[in-house]
Amino acid sequence: MENEKSKLGWKLSSIALGSVLMIGAMAVEVIAKDWGKHQVDNRRSGYTYMTDETRAVQDDDFENPGMLWVENGESLWSTAGANGKSCASCHADPDKDMKGVSVSYPRYDKKLGKIITLEQMVNRELVEKMGDKAEKFDSKKMLSLMTFIGTKSRDMPVNVKIDGDANPFFEKGKAFYYERRGQLDMSCANCHEDNPGNMIRANTLSEGQINGFPTYRLKWQKPGSVHRRFKGCNKQVRAKPYKAGSDEYSNLELYVKWRGRGLPGETPAVRN
Amino acid sequence: MQVRKTTLIAGVLAVTSMIGAQSAFSASHMKKYTVEEHAINASLTGKAGDAANGRKVSINRKKGNCLACHVISDIKEQPFHGNIGPSLDGVASRYKEGELRLRMVDSKQFNEDTIMPAFYKVEGLHRLRKQFKGKPVLSAQEVEDVVAYLLTLK
Ligand code: HEC
Ligand code: HEC
Ligand code: HEC
Repeated sequence: MENEKSKLGWKLSSIALGSVLMIGAMAVEVIAKDWGKHQVDNRRSGYTYMTDETRAVQDDDFENPGMLWVENGESLWSTAGANGKSCASCHADPDKDMKGVSVSYPRYDKKLGKIITLEQMVNRELVEKMGDKAEKFDSKKMLSLMTFIGTKSRDMPVNVKIDGDANPFFEKGKAFYYERRGQLDMSCANCHEDNPGNMIRANTLSEGQINGFPTYRLKWQKPGSVHRRFKGCNKQVRAKPYKAGSDEYSNLELYVKWRGRGLPGETPAVRN
Repeated sequence: MQVRKTTLIAGVLAVTSMIGAQSAFSASHMKKYTVEEHAINASLTGKAGDAANGRKVSINRKKGNCLACHVISDIKEQPFHGNIGPSLDGVASRYKEGELRLRMVDSKQFNEDTIMPAFYKVEGLHRLRKQFKGKPVLSAQEVEDVVAYLLTLK
């Protein structure tokens, strides 16, 4: 990953925000606040763990730098591929055709016999329906299309299918979540289930929800995929990350998405 | 948290010390140690710890990185102390040297669910990045140095 500092497993704090902001955020934490649509039962979007300043950037589409990527995705939508077809040739009304898509992925895919992420679905379209090449999860084109598609699920509840054929994969993802790994021997749950709201050095830990992905990272000045985030969290504990698009991460993504069931789509969410 | 289940802890410790000799501490480059009464009473290296270096190791993000999770008021020159674990202020009045040493070596012997890393352990770990394979987070002497530093936090 570009950011040398965050790459070092044992460096858990990378952004030094003003201490005043942090104390402000902690104070908010203590008072049980009404988070409105950003909270469902005891589950809270990462939005609620951010500072007021970061939240304000997310809330305002004119300020939210992720919206530039959405706009790029919108123009890619009608850009012809190798065979002359564009997404728009077959999905003429993306507002309607892509509505609710991003909150319902990843899914079990019959053709693959396993879980398919939305990036992999987009790649299938690029390759099979437009004669283009597949994109990496964090390429500019993929992130643009992903943020664009994501906005069509804004405020719709996360709702992934975990029964039937999807269930064995869901269970694998769940096991991964609770498994300790790396030299520091921590599981996802150690940080995101046991400690949300607590400070790990200068960072407030959240529940690690993925209802706002791809999220725009202020630190990177660009959006990042869910799998890139998983890699970063694996490296923090000095564990060998898996590849973006690996079965391990796709199963984990299904499980983590389910943990945020009911939370609203917030793409492109803004994070430090 | 570690007070939560004293009996279970005793059980875990008993088992650990039984299997300890054969497996848990057998990696050849690792110093051997004996756990008795929830403590490792002897220095891992036979040498005394250097508290000043222990303080540095505790701050260093690539080594102890204790401030990620603990407040240590003595280290006020460093901003942002985390609050995942309890403050370490006065920890020397709460624990004996040998208990602090065991906590550093393998905190899971006090609480198997803890998030606190074992700083001197190479076995039972999984999916390590290549550069960390077979290596404990801290060297035996660094553990001694941190213990010496903790003993100054009265
Ligand atoms: C030649 C027509 C065609 C083109 C071009 C095309 N699609 Fe599709 N797309 C379809 C059809 C038909 C389906 C539904 C059946 C299927 O899965 O193939 C679909 C399904 C999808 C789905 C899954 C929706 C869901 O509810 O699961 C996504 C996402 C998608 N397309 C995105 C895209 C994107 C992004 C592009 C441009 C990069 C694109 N499509 C280009 C025809 C097309
Ligand atoms: C050592 C603690 C730690 C562990 C273990 C950890 N993470 Fe994280 N994670 C963080 C920190 C710090 C952040 C950034 C602040 C936040 O959102 O919690 C983060 C952020 C995230 C986010 C982004 C949340 C958002 O709203 O943008 C996701 C998703 C996530 N982690 C998933 C995971 C998964 C899955 C695992 C297990 C493979 C994991 N994390 C393990 C510390 C950890
Ligand atoms: C990832 C978080 C984390 C890190 C890093 C960490 N600890 Fe801890 N520590 C904890 C937690 C949580 C506890 C509470 C007891 C438990 O979980 O078993 C604890 C407990 C302790 C205790 C017992 C305190 C008491 O009052 O009972 C000592 C001593 C201690 N840690 C020392 C250290 C030192 C020294 C370092 C750095 C070399 C360190 N810890 C690094 C999380 C951490």
